[in-house]
Amino acid sequence: MELLIAIAIGLLTGCGVLLILRGRTFAVMLGLTMLSYAVNLFIFVSGGLTAGAGAVLGASEQYADPLPQALVLTAIVIGFAMTAFLVVLAIRARAELGHDEVDLQKPNTQGGA
Amino acid sequence: MQHLPILPVLLPALFAVLLLLQPQQASVTFRRVGSVLAMLLNLLVATALLWQQTNVPASHYLLGNWPEPFGILLVADQLSSLFVWLTTLLTLAVAVYSCAGDDEKGAYFHPLLHFLLMGLNGAFLTGDLFNLFVFFEVLLIASYGLLVHGGGKKRIHSALHYVVLNLVGSALFLLALALLYAMLGSLHMADMAVRIATLTPAESLGVKAAAGLLLIVFGLKAALLPLHFWLPAAYSQASAPVAAVFAVMTKVGVYSLLRVFGLLFGASAGALTGYGDALLWWGGLLTMLLAAAMVLAAVDLKKLAAALVLLSAGTLLAALGSGNAQVKAAALYYAVHSSWIGAIWYLLSELIARQRGSVGDRLVPGPRLPQATLLGWLFVFSALVVIGMPPFSGFVAKLWLIQGLSTTSHGMLLIGTLLLSSLAVLVAFSRAGSVLFWRAQPPIASAAPTIVPSERTQVFAIVLLLLAGLQLVVFGQWWTQFCADAIAQLTAVSGGY
Repeated sequence: MELLIAIAIGLLTGCGVLLILRGRTFAVMLGLTMLSYAVNLFIFVSGGLTAGAGAVLGASEQYADPLPQALVLTAIVIGFAMTAFLVVLAIRARAELGHDEVDLQKPNTQGGA
Repeated sequence: MQHLPILPVLLPALFAVLLLLQPQQASVTFRRVGSVLAMLLNLLVATALLWQQTNVPASHYLLGNWPEPFGILLVADQLSSLFVWLTTLLTLAVAVYSCAGDDEKGAYFHPLLHFLLMGLNGAFLTGDLFNLFVFFEVLLIASYGLLVHGGGKKRIHSALHYVVLNLVGSALFLLALALLYAMLGSLHMADMAVRIATLTPAESLGVKAAAGLLLIVFGLKAALLPLHFWLPAAYSQASAPVAAVFAVMTKVGVYSLLRVFGLLFGASAGALTGYGDALLWWGGLLTMLLAAAMVLAAVDLKKLAAALVLLSAGTLLAALGSGNAQVKAAALYYAVHSSWIGAIWYLLSELIARQRGSVGDRLVPGPRLPQATLLGWLFVFSALVVIGMPPFSGFVAKLWLIQGLSTTSHGMLLIGTLLLSSLAVLVAFSRAGSVLFWRAQPPIASAAPTIVPSERTQVFAIVLLLLAGLQLVVFGQWWTQFCADAIAQLTAVSGGY
């Protein structure tokens, strides 16, 4: 279980970093989303992995740490809002600049300066 | 009075919402007066908080009244109330300045400014590490909105870089938080300090890794050398009042380093005591050297102002890395002084640029300024303050830093760099002043209509900040005592809560 979660977080982070390093805003946005998924998973398991344990008092014999669950909810909400803002900004940049390159210079395609 | 610590967070949020609710058809004057009055009220609260902290122990404001290591709390001590005060005064000056017309170049300038103040104050006041992250996001999303204020290709583009960079920073922050929680089981900063003291060497490795991540995040905010590259690009694209208020944003990074690292890795942290100091010390020194070179190489006033912000950030980081209480106290004084003077330079460079027609703020001979006397005097005074000439706050700050450093074994390195960078600033400003004001050509008749006289509010905002800097010297004893007490309080607290 631990190994599986660790591999999942590692894979998501790796894909996220790879995509963030791409030159187009869409790829960068996807990369950031993946990175935030990895981070959210990481926060979620920071209280330790327990199977079949409730987070609410009186629900079960064993209890899972409820705090990481609260933290991850906050992180998800904030990450979602930030991604939404980035999407709007990227669309605006696409409209203003006429291309979706992260660098200001347009690559030398036909007629590009 | 019991609820005073939360007012600097609640009031700006309330005012921001009220300013949003206001129908946009309402007259511009109404909106401006409302915003400035709200800022004045914020300043009043911040002053009361500062005054309250002079002779009482730190007050812990428990949100939801959970007992202490649980729940979120706000900590109003001397350090946080000092930063709240300096930020509130700065945003007041910026709100006044923007009333000359900058606020109407895009929608919602005033609400965003109030939201930014809320985020900044919250980041200064919070005593919980996760809550610090939340307030970072609040101030960041307001700063994104302010950065694109006024629109334009280059501005949108630099905003895109700034947002992506800060989102990656936030992801690293969360990773560090989760790791710290897994290792320590708490995010209440004072409680974490207590738990760090009892770690086994194997456990402290995880804390070290998390602290390293935090160092990257705060270093990114504070523009520590390898992570500084975003600052000149973002700040020189922002409009003048926005760049001026951003001058305090690097101080948030410095403050977080001082608060979190000072608390977590204080004297009681065992093997982890002073973790990160060496990195801050060398990083700060290199940042200063780079900034000094940027000051000399600046081709326009805005680049010069950005280099100044970077220079002050480097000085502060190196001072934090010195690990000496007196140097840290001097650094606090320097932080207050440098935030205001950095803001002044952004505001002043726009006033000068507006009167030079197409030449703008580039440091080349241009037409004579119509208000050369007024702007010239402002330029001279601001330059004297930033260089560190005797009667002004820059002198006191640097002298105190040098005094403190001369008692430490390795302080000579920073003293030398500090003096060298001051010399660079002196040379750069002498050159800039003579080019802007003395090597001016007579105004060209056709260029006359493009010249805009400075509004009274704009000059007033700059004079307000200059006067604020002046009172740092006039009431010098009170301020130096306050800064020394703030550091003493911080180190005393790291032993327990």
